[in-house]
Amino acid sequence: MSNQLKETAKEPLLTVKNLRKHYPVPSFMGTKKEVVKAVDDVCFEIYKGETYGLVGESGCGKSTMGRTLLRLIDPTNGSAYFDEQDIFKLKGQGLRKARKNIQMIFQDPHSSLDPRKKIGYSIEESLKIHGIGTKAERKSLAMTQLLKMGFSEEHYYKYPHEFSGGQRQRIGIARALVLQPKLIICDEPVSALDVSIQAQIINLLKSLQKELQISYLFIAHDLSVVRHIADRTGVMYLGNLVEQGNTEELFDNPLHPYTKSLLAAVPTIKQNVNKERIVLEGEIPSPLNPPSGCVFHPRCPFASERCAREVPKRIQVDAERMVQCHLYD
Amino acid sequence: MTYGKEKELLRVENLKVSFPGPGKDIQVIEDVSFNLHKGEVLGIVGESGCGKSVTAEAILQLLDKDTTRYSGKILLKGLDLLELSDREMTKIRGNEISMIFQDPMSSLNPVQTIGKQIAEAIRIHQDVSKREAKKRSIDLLRRIGIPSPEERYKQYPHEISGGMRQRVMIAMALSCLPSLLIADEPTTALDVTIQAQILNLISKFQKDLQMGVILITHDFGVVANYCTKVAVMYLGQIIEQTDVNTLFSNPLHPYTNGLINSIPKLDEDRQKELLSIKGAVPSLAQTPKGCRFASRCEFVTDRCLEEVPTLETLKNGHQIRCWNYNDIRKAEAVYV
Amino acid sequence: MKAETKNILPVYRRSSFMKPAFLYNRSLRRGAFILLFVVLSVFAGSLLTPHDILGMDPVNRLSAPNGSHWFGTDNVGRDVFSRVMYGVRLSLIIGFFVTAISAALGLAVGLIVTYSKALDHILMRICDGLFAIPSILLAIALMAALGQKPINVIIALILVFFPSIARVVRSQAMMIKEKVFIESLRAQGANAFRIIFLHIAPNVMSPLIVQVTHVFAASILIEASLSFLGAGIPEPLPSLGNLMYDGKLAIYNAWWMTVFPGVFIVLIVLGLNLFGDGLRDYLDPKSKKLNGLEKAK
Repeated sequence: MSNQLKETAKEPLLTVKNLRKHYPVPSFMGTKKEVVKAVDDVCFEIYKGETYGLVGESGCGKSTMGRTLLRLIDPTNGSAYFDEQDIFKLKGQGLRKARKNIQMIFQDPHSSLDPRKKIGYSIEESLKIHGIGTKAERKSLAMTQLLKMGFSEEHYYKYPHEFSGGQRQRIGIARALVLQPKLIICDEPVSALDVSIQAQIINLLKSLQKELQISYLFIAHDLSVVRHIADRTGVMYLGNLVEQGNTEELFDNPLHPYTKSLLAAVPTIKQNVNKERIVLEGEIPSPLNPPSGCVFHPRCPFASERCAREVPKRIQVDAERMVQCHLYD
Repeated sequence: MTYGKEKELLRVENLKVSFPGPGKDIQVIEDVSFNLHKGEVLGIVGESGCGKSVTAEAILQLLDKDTTRYSGKILLKGLDLLELSDREMTKIRGNEISMIFQDPMSSLNPVQTIGKQIAEAIRIHQDVSKREAKKRSIDLLRRIGIPSPEERYKQYPHEISGGMRQRVMIAMALSCLPSLLIADEPTTALDVTIQAQILNLISKFQKDLQMGVILITHDFGVVANYCTKVAVMYLGQIIEQTDVNTLFSNPLHPYTNGLINSIPKLDEDRQKELLSIKGAVPSLAQTPKGCRFASRCEFVTDRCLEEVPTLETLKNGHQIRCWNYNDIRKAEAVYV
Repeated sequence: MKAETKNILPVYRRSSFMKPAFLYNRSLRRGAFILLFVVLSVFAGSLLTPHDILGMDPVNRLSAPNGSHWFGTDNVGRDVFSRVMYGVRLSLIIGFFVTAISAALGLAVGLIVTYSKALDHILMRICDGLFAIPSILLAIALMAALGQKPINVIIALILVFFPSIARVVRSQAMMIKEKVFIESLRAQGANAFRIIFLHIAPNVMSPLIVQVTHVFAASILIEASLSFLGAGIPEPLPSLGNLMYDGKLAIYNAWWMTVFPGVFIVLIVLGLNLFGDGLRDYLDPKSKKLNGLEKAK
């Protein structure tokens, strides 16, 4: 599927370069200035109509990264070119216009809607904020979107607490779609849902993508889900994008030791004897005290002395695959 | 594999738990029966609202004393737990039967060091001095895989990671060498790499101590790798129960099949469409008349809407609660 | 699109916030009943009063409750009934204005500080300072500074009570601010004004309303105390506190001068407190019975 896309869209929709988000930690008595490198020097691209999956465990920075793209958090450094504009440099009106094209779906269906507003209002509100259409037009657009998600007219006037988690997530999707964005950032959209509802939402997102040619940045910690929906995947560890590539190839043949161990750790139903069994020792280090050199070296079964010294470069193994590891240098 | 009656650890018969509700009582779980032998791992799977946690809490009678109503039998090595008084029950908890919970942060006392908490768990059931308890705690910490246990002893829950906290919980649970361990979604809140460590740890102790383990989860991958038998619950009832291999090679209930097929898996075709079960779990207050799954079932017949299916036991021990499982088996493509 | 997505079960939860269950809450019912009684009796009383509140009739002073003076007369022969009725009205009016303006002020302050750390520090320190002084002492000090007029009683009480409302609003607003739907609005590009007034404000209403009923009750008491001490409503205007003060001197000879105003103070405060408690329980989502089901997993 991604081969088709490559031919039709050679220019990426979103190009992120050298994105950094560092939080300064006020240290005791102002002695040493410490930094938490939530996101450290990340580069990737998203093309039109494709899903880019971003995986990683807690503390890897994937959620932070999603939020910088919407300017919910301001990055320390870097650029994000969307529609030929650097989103990070936009202000005021320009920023508002850009926001029309990038929307977000959130993890928690229970607090993502204002409990005091009817859901129709919540869906319409995005249109109001961007000054689109008259009152009647907005209502009709919102209603169309709601019906498209499988609801009926009377649901427009109901409150969030009258719906289940899966339904609320759909309402969140309707809210994101009403502005007809080009890119939707999905921050763990199915993690809080029951397994049978997850499938409904995943299928829904996939069919919407096919129909509307929307791109998704799909952030999740569940590898199986990402593998199912993403065309290309990026793996993050402690703020760094350690590997990136075509999903099928990446999952079948992971290159980075962390990716390998991550895949090996997922319990599968069929015992796959070909899986390289790497069980990682130790804990994920605190981002306040990241290891020197390659951030993964303390837990890496293949670490060498060079790994402790030098931060690995980004190595383009082939047209699609990128690894940040000395083993491939 | 058949076990003799001597090795039978836990036998639950027709367990029913209800709470008072607006109007009539709400049956949270109903007609739940299973047994567990030494060294077995029973997985209880289901989605939220199915009653799996309530079942676990019922065994230890952790539910609200004044309002909960139990009926049925819970036999621990022949002793009916539901007949015991409160005092007798406290001797069982943490001692014969231990439980670990999903969120270690809220199960540990945030203002006490982890060492003290483990020591306390030991001293509740064993008559040992403080110093002896401390020694045993440090030893436990070491065996649980926590490096430099003497230092960790003095740390507070918020100073250690989620994975470590779960290990501390396990240490506390195992401190009195229980014969039965109940683990309620022990790894749901943890990262995947830590999850593997924790489950392997539980597995190792289970084998060493020949404990019976009840593992409650919603993750079929976990079930496939760590359980010997499985019970699938839906809206308070067990709808299918069998050993783990049979469950995956031959699931009979449409819900089980739907669930297994709706989960994306690392080892199957990426492009395959996920099966989704239509609708949502109905509320417990409005349990339907017949089969509880009827409203979402593709194979529903009139009988399903009228009569609650009984739990049928097949020749090989496979239990199934469905009127039409024979016909369904022929029609469905099963995940093999 | 697949048929599954169209197959959504009809909404199975109860449909509205305000259900008749409102009336099943005991405290709420009793409190409302008492308050209603007070208000109605005051209305009725005012219509039926044959006497002037200031009219002195020294000949009939200190007479016990009788046919023409239902609550008796005071030490200068004034009709206690009319004075009590007037006093209740006055106290209720003062209480109402104090509460309404404190609520508005407290709401504004509590909301605005969520958006500016600097304002938060300044305004909350002011509130903390006011809050730290015991209400009655603060009220007395303010009356001394402002001068003894009914309007100043209102101003003083507003300053005494708005900090408690601001605090409640602020803490709730801070919690709401962390919720995902606020983040979603920011991602949309909503400005601070929209977020604060259209979204945070409606969500702080529940604790605010409960606090407001308690402030109403407290303002009645503080005003009565002030007047009792001679620092509140100036004589000869009757307020419940003034009446108690007058009655204090003759308490052994003329019990009716203290008992009747006292009973009304008790009824009003009791009614308000019960109403507030009932309201709090009613609005608190955790006590809703349906949630008992949520526990069953």
